[in-house]
Amino acid sequence: MTTTAAPIAASTRQPRGSLRARLQNILPKLVLAPSFLLVLIFVYGFNLWTFFLSFTNSKAFSSTTLVGLANYQKLWTWTFETDPPSGWYTAIVNMGLFGGLYVIFCLVLGLTLAILLDQKIRGEGILRPIYLYPLALSFIVTGTAWKLFLDPGIGLEKAVHLWGWTSFKFDWVVNPRMMIYCVAIAGIWASSGFVMALFLAGLRGIDGEIIKAAQIDGASGFAMYRRIIIPIMRPVFLSALIILTHLAIKSYDLVLSVTGKNPGGAAELPSTFMYSYTFTRNQMAVGSTSAVIMLMTIAAIMIPYLYSELKEKNR
Amino acid sequence: MSAADLVTAAPSREPARHSNLTRVVIYGLLLIFAFIYLVPLVVMVMTSLKPLDEVTGGNMFALPHAPTFGPWVQAWGEARIGVSETAGIKGYFWNSIKMVVPAVLISTMLGALNGYVLTKWRFPGHKLVFGMMLFACFIPFQSVIIPMAVILGMLGNIGNALDDLTGFSFGFGNATVNLVIVHVIYGLGFTTLFFRNYYEAFPTELIKAAMIDGAGFFQIFRRILLPSSGPIIIVTVIYQFTNIWNDFLFGSTFAAGDQSPMTVALNNLVNTSTGIVEYNVNMAAAIIAAAPTLFVYIVAGRYFVRGLMAGAVKG
Repeated sequence: MTTTAAPIAASTRQPRGSLRARLQNILPKLVLAPSFLLVLIFVYGFNLWTFFLSFTNSKAFSSTTLVGLANYQKLWTWTFETDPPSGWYTAIVNMGLFGGLYVIFCLVLGLTLAILLDQKIRGEGILRPIYLYPLALSFIVTGTAWKLFLDPGIGLEKAVHLWGWTSFKFDWVVNPRMMIYCVAIAGIWASSGFVMALFLAGLRGIDGEIIKAAQIDGASGFAMYRRIIIPIMRPVFLSALIILTHLAIKSYDLVLSVTGKNPGGAAELPSTFMYSYTFTRNQMAVGSTSAVIMLMTIAAIMIPYLYSELKEKNR
Repeated sequence: MSAADLVTAAPSREPARHSNLTRVVIYGLLLIFAFIYLVPLVVMVMTSLKPLDEVTGGNMFALPHAPTFGPWVQAWGEARIGVSETAGIKGYFWNSIKMVVPAVLISTMLGALNGYVLTKWRFPGHKLVFGMMLFACFIPFQSVIIPMAVILGMLGNIGNALDDLTGFSFGFGNATVNLVIVHVIYGLGFTTLFFRNYYEAFPTELIKAAMIDGAGFFQIFRRILLPSSGPIIIVTVIYQFTNIWNDFLFGSTFAAGDQSPMTVALNNLVNTSTGIVEYNVNMAAAIIAAAPTLFVYIVAGRYFVRGLMAGAVKG
């Protein structure tokens, strides 16, 4: 895979006039150029633009008056002391809660389901699609379904009451302090199937010889997974961890749909914070600042990962 | 064998030997999880088939006593969405289709050409170009949304000016056109990734042979690569279709009122603050919104999983 096609083309064309050869040489670049240019402008250029806005005092419209790091200072000095607590502080705390629960539960559930499915069971073809179908649904649909399911006046709480356990209480979805946990529940439901698929691919990719050797050495059952299989799958863990973390940071529609447009900012996340400051509170500079922080966080996670992935591919 | 094929392939290792008790526990756990994953969908479907008094007065787990398609009819053609004049979600469903079809076709076509150039016509720095396009897949869209809004606002002004001059806006400022542009640009990274990884494994010898026979850049693409690209085209189309259909952030930012896509309309319908909440109509609307992607998942689940796995970067 190290030889490229282009030089061959050039050498076979040389005798027959070089105009066509030269055209053949620049044609691939011409074809790629528009896409690359679009990405360059609309991704990297726009990121720089947002970065610039975060140093200005833009309100409803963008302005070019620079205010240095004032916006960053503003975000990070806002605390829980104020009543109600500042939006950014709530967003960061919620991000930790939601992100932590989402990542950990998706990993644990995904791995458990994958291991269970890998036990030569019957009906795998029916079970696997059931764990995966939530991925086909939009977060708005997922949120709508879970909002109904968790609504105390109509969903789970009421159903349990009707079954006779009348002191049962489960009102998280309407309780501002607990809303973020409901977002996490819906998120875990939506994404754990994907993690299951990742782990299942990992499990099935393990060389059978290694397993046989371990069996001969007397490893079996639980020990086999703990000592041999799970350590082999470390790269899969890393992939899953990174994909989940970046999804958690980008979560936006799920919050709005589970909580019903995030009343009072109780389930605020950086993504919703950015949107409401930019588009409803007319504080574009503060919104840009939060967007830059989101971007930096994701870049810090993704760039080393993508770099190592691409390097590996070149073996 | 790609990662996704490993998921769908039967386990190749020695059959796991378990006692009967262990088997019962394994099946029991798998069935409990299957139940948890299915319950929200089942409740959604049952609620959508109940009259409103049965929803508010009864148990959500109870089968409908008097099943009716009334809520579906209402959701499709009669329900009031936000402050909009148009009744029902049918108009928004159509908006989404008009947005999804061109966006998927254009981004897939560009992705195929980019993947072809990046694997078979490599040039110095091809890796950096690919890396930059790949990172674009993972950015939080909050960091490009303000500049995008400014640019689309400018396009809108151009459209107005053209409209004054010629009586026709040529698509400038049209919400559907805007969303197609946005989805094509921010989908390019993924479509390029899919095709690059697929063409990477395509034998370069065939390309060289064709070159010696005098085939040009586009001829090779059309006659040699394209005919064997069926599977990856399906994967890409499904992935892009699901992502774009399910998008909420761009839809809610760049389209308003009657021009909104389906997810935005659903969110407005569900979170409307006026009048009584018609849960059954909300659920019918949610199922209609989920139907296209769910349908794709059911008929082409294998390709769906392949797209997801490739999205986890591993090729």
